[in-house]
Amino acid sequence: MTPLLFVALSLAGGVGAALRLIVDGAIKARVRGAFPLGTLLINVSGSFILGFVTQLATGGSLDDAWRLVIGTGLCGGFTTFSTASFETVRLVQQRRYALASVNAVGTLVAAVAAGLLGIVLGRLISG
Amino acid sequence: MHLAGRSILLVLAGGTAGTAAREALSLTIPAVGGIPVAIFAINIVGALFLGALLEGLSRRGPDVGRRRSLRLLLGTGFAGGFTTYSALAVDTGLLLTDGHAAAGIGYALATVAVGALATVAGIALAAARHRKQAAR
Repeated sequence: MTPLLFVALSLAGGVGAALRLIVDGAIKARVRGAFPLGTLLINVSGSFILGFVTQLATGGSLDDAWRLVIGTGLCGGFTTFSTASFETVRLVQQRRYALASVNAVGTLVAAVAAGLLGIVLGRLISG
Repeated sequence: MHLAGRSILLVLAGGTAGTAAREALSLTIPAVGGIPVAIFAINIVGALFLGALLEGLSRRGPDVGRRRSLRLLLGTGFAGGFTTYSALAVDTGLLLTDGHAAAGIGYALATVAVGALATVAGIALAAARHRKQAAR
């Protein structure tokens, strides 16, 4: 990996993290309640985009440098595991066990399904 | 708006550093049997770090001023950019569809379970440290 690509990928990750702050704030302002819907939607949508660009690069429709910047950088910085895990633990601490389980298992299942959907869509486009 | 702009810049800076650290580690540590052990370790260590950070900050006082800046820079920014859910999801999906279903399910469930334990450990470490300081 060239130093320029590494810097571009890292900066894309910073942009992704800033987008996460903005999107999460917008969702929190609209949807009240104990369930951390913002992080879930961010992780699911980011997984979809990563699956899509990964498949486009595998199929040769997208330069691998773009996969690294958009996928590893932007999607990697946009989505987050640490916050998802913290929000699950916080729900457990609040004895909201059902919401905690839904958050932990639901995010995982939905994100994997979204990633696979992105891969399928990428396959349809790149043939 | 001035405050929002400052928050975005803090998260941007932290997220850039976190993403750089994630990529440096995942370029250094190869996958083992198709399992991306670098991303696994990154997500676990990041969860421990975020647990300790958020618990430590909240025990020091309300989420304002310098504490809020540190949370945005190191938590939302660094830990958020360092850890990743999209790589976890897509790598799991690829393992599932490439005929390594057991490895995929094992990798995904282990990340979520060990990650939750790491978060709890981080919270406990920060709480213990705070009690020790308060006792002094």
